[in-house]
Amino acid sequence: MIKLEPRVQRSPAWSYFSPVLAILLTLITGYVVFALLGHDPLNALYTLLIAPVADWYGVTELLVMTIPILLCAYGLALCYRASVWNIGAEGQLLIGGVCASAVAVNFVDSSSAFAMPLTLLAGIAGGMLWAGLAAFMKLRLNTNEILVTIMLNYIAVNVLLWAVHGPLKDPHGYNFPESALFGDSTLLPVLFDGTRLHLGLAFALLALCATWVFISKTFIGFQIQVLGLDASAAKMAGYKRALLITGVLVISGGLAGLAGAGEVAGPIGQLVPQISPGYGYAAIIVAFLGRLHPVGITFAGLLMGLIYMGGELAQINMGLPNAITGIFQGLMLFYLLSCDVLITYRLRFSLPFKQQKAQPIHIAQES
Amino acid sequence: MKKLITTLGVALSLCISASATAKDNVKVGFVYVSPIGEAGWTYTHDVSRQYLEDKFGDKIETTFVESVPEGADAERVITQLAKSRHDLIFTTSFGYMNPTLKVAKRFPNVKFEHATGYKRAKNVSTYFDRIYEGRYLTGVIAGHMSKTDSIGYIAAFPIPEVIRGINAFTLGLRSVKPNAKVKVVWVNSWFDPGKEREAADSLIDQGVDIITQHTDSPAPLQAAEAAGIYAIGYHSDMSGYGKKAHLTAAVHHWDEFYADRVQQVLDDKWQSQDIWKGIGSGMTRLAPLSKDIPSDVVSEVNAISEKIGKGEFHPFTGPIKNQQGELVIEAGKTIDDKTLLGMDFYVEGVEGQLK
Amino acid sequence: MDLDVITNILYATIRTGTPLLLVALGEMVCEKSGTLNLGQEGMMLLGAVAGFITMYQCDNLFIGFTVAALVGVMASLIFAFVALNLNASQVAAGLALTIFGTGLSAFLGADYEGKTINALPTLAIAGFEHIPVLGKALFSQDAIVYLSWSLVLGAYLFFKYHRAGLAVRAIGENPSVGNNLGLPVMRTRYLAVMFGGALAGIAGAYLSLAYTPLWTQNMTAGRGWIALALVVFASWRIERVMLGAYLFGFASIMHLVAQAFGLAVDSNLLAMLPYGATLIVLIMLSKNKQKLKMYEPMWLGKPWHKGH
Repeated sequence: MIKLEPRVQRSPAWSYFSPVLAILLTLITGYVVFALLGHDPLNALYTLLIAPVADWYGVTELLVMTIPILLCAYGLALCYRASVWNIGAEGQLLIGGVCASAVAVNFVDSSSAFAMPLTLLAGIAGGMLWAGLAAFMKLRLNTNEILVTIMLNYIAVNVLLWAVHGPLKDPHGYNFPESALFGDSTLLPVLFDGTRLHLGLAFALLALCATWVFISKTFIGFQIQVLGLDASAAKMAGYKRALLITGVLVISGGLAGLAGAGEVAGPIGQLVPQISPGYGYAAIIVAFLGRLHPVGITFAGLLMGLIYMGGELAQINMGLPNAITGIFQGLMLFYLLSCDVLITYRLRFSLPFKQQKAQPIHIAQES
Repeated sequence: MKKLITTLGVALSLCISASATAKDNVKVGFVYVSPIGEAGWTYTHDVSRQYLEDKFGDKIETTFVESVPEGADAERVITQLAKSRHDLIFTTSFGYMNPTLKVAKRFPNVKFEHATGYKRAKNVSTYFDRIYEGRYLTGVIAGHMSKTDSIGYIAAFPIPEVIRGINAFTLGLRSVKPNAKVKVVWVNSWFDPGKEREAADSLIDQGVDIITQHTDSPAPLQAAEAAGIYAIGYHSDMSGYGKKAHLTAAVHHWDEFYADRVQQVLDDKWQSQDIWKGIGSGMTRLAPLSKDIPSDVVSEVNAISEKIGKGEFHPFTGPIKNQQGELVIEAGKTIDDKTLLGMDFYVEGVEGQLK
Repeated sequence: MDLDVITNILYATIRTGTPLLLVALGEMVCEKSGTLNLGQEGMMLLGAVAGFITMYQCDNLFIGFTVAALVGVMASLIFAFVALNLNASQVAAGLALTIFGTGLSAFLGADYEGKTINALPTLAIAGFEHIPVLGKALFSQDAIVYLSWSLVLGAYLFFKYHRAGLAVRAIGENPSVGNNLGLPVMRTRYLAVMFGGALAGIAGAYLSLAYTPLWTQNMTAGRGWIALALVVFASWRIERVMLGAYLFGFASIMHLVAQAFGLAVDSNLLAMLPYGATLIVLIMLSKNKQKLKMYEPMWLGKPWHKGH
């Protein structure tokens, strides 16, 4: 019989090896599945996982797609470390996009140097406001943030639709639901000619470093961890719970808002009804997949984005259905979660009647 | 003399086209906004994609990408198609307009066809069918078949294309029953069977006895079938979802248009154009009419259809009043394409309000 | 507004609320054992596609719903293994199940997209369906609606009066204490997760076999998330989840009914109604902090291993 036996210490080797094992298992499963479906398995795996980044354009596109997911996910990681279950990155992103657009449409024909900064600031403010609403309702009105943020997501979708069908609609666009194309002064500069990789990459990198330092080096970051692990301990230590909760929510809202602003002022270049195909939801998965650590999140985001792009190529090159993407992402997540067990436990092959001796330990939140 | 010049011209142009490199085969890509399914907008495009495969055989290779979001992803997908040596790419949703133009700029040798948009370039054409002509005809049929003179209309988003359809339908309806009403419910989604079903049910509870739709799912038809009333489908023939309910449907038919464009690419004669054709070209059609429709109504509809096809009659012919009763199109005048393209008002007879 | 209109609104409210009620009830039972499964959306879709394919192949509604429930259970077992045996993060494992289920259901159902079947018929309870106003709404529904009511009643009685129900709650509060009392923690949690899976499967099949009798990918359209919100909304009380599901169902059809009446409000603003209404009611219900805490399972979402 196989038993899980707690390790005395977390295994550092396994925390690096577990994702490798998970990817290996996904590849093996993928190989078998494709073979069963009658496709050349190696070609299929190549198309899914390597072809998307086989050239420079693919690499930049992967980054373009991952930027908004990462921005959202870094913020969510802060929230989840504080045990604030913010599901609302999607809504915060959408409101950020709407607010940014509301500013940007005033600069369509302007070459003002303020156009882009103001647009981005409006996006950040919008996201903060939407997350702040959730914080207010949690702290003052006592409501559960999971429910509030889910509902606010749906409301945000309708705010976006209302704006794009109403006040922000392009007056010269034959009444189609789109804003005017933003002026060049508003658009985020493209970093490399011939690609869509934009300044948002710098924001994402900045956010990566900032959250990393914030979590591991600052006292407030430490307070957030304590609050997340043991709320009563945080209270005993005199930490300001309301301030911390508001803080993480508003920061993550601001980052999500920035992501939304970066989309409308970046690759899309105008407000459209569908500025996010679900980046905010993808970010939740990415945050957990990255074990709530900024570096892990970065890898996780790139991996999920890669499979998503691979799914598109699999349709174009092999005529595979787009459902492959979801199946692969789900499989990889399951394997990764399963393999992670080896970090804190070891497998013991023992006879059923043998008693276990090892001391039980708590599974601590990772840092 | 004049004849000679013409002949010379023709001969010359023949020479030019012959010297231009005609292709042996062509690779055609399609970008779809939703899954294909067995009914609806995307389905009509995929039917024609398969038609192309059958017609051109070895000379053609087609690819499609389904469920492409109309945001930042669209540009990447279109680029991937252009990069993988597709000669002709059909982008079949309005939201792909600006992404298509951006990609077209970077791939001047690839031809693009964008459905429903209004921006063009040297290698970007636009195309759409005058489906409102079909809408008018279905309105006429509804006028004859309705007993309560109250029709339910389930609509997706208040954009010109949808409003145009509602208005054309209403004009057709009221050409038969001048006091009939159309009740519109917006579901804010192109495809949400649950919402469409509830919208249909709530309209039926309000006493409508025919349901029509400008959404993608067959749910409204199923609701009509369950309630024992009639329904008029949209995009494609939906009779499979309600054999008794389905009167007809206004449908898009892209076969010949797509085949022409592919042939032109093969002959190297493709040029950017703005196509907006209707019943006359066969791009807009009616699905087979239900047996319940009396034969005199059928012949009336056929007669109007023929007149529209020949350009003798325009569904938007004045006098047309808007909802407030103000005259918008004077008697005898017809509406111009620009107003049609950006239509943002309801005609008299539509209930509910736009903004 | 005449009485017929009210009857029809009530009838539609119950139809719309039923899939939500089923998933939310399943999830609530699951959460009462201390397990948070965010995979409802995936399980619903798998149930919907499995039920539809079965119905299409053998044209038997009973088998269709049974298969849907079984597939829901199977999907929930994947979650249970990863989250309970391997002690992975429950949130992540649930989300993985949702992604996986969404993809797999789309894949399996590709050939059935747009096909039609015979929908679940309504079963009028003889004599009662003619009661004015309430008759049609309460006694002229389909079998799954009646099933959902009996499940709610059963769950209510189970948790209030049955020893095993109390055991589930004890385990949700603190599995270690439960374990020391000799309660089978693992088995209980597994059963609770499986119950949630079965109900999610049935709820999915309700969409594809009764509500809108067709299969299309992603047809649950976020109902799994709404159900998750409803559990919180109900603050883990069985009777309240029914209130929540019907309230939400009511609000979501009212925005369509209001338009059919010719109400002149922007449809995008009207579409916010269900979500806004849910928030407002939640705020009203959340006044008493102590009372809220009383019902939430203390151990919700935390991993537990024997000897913890």
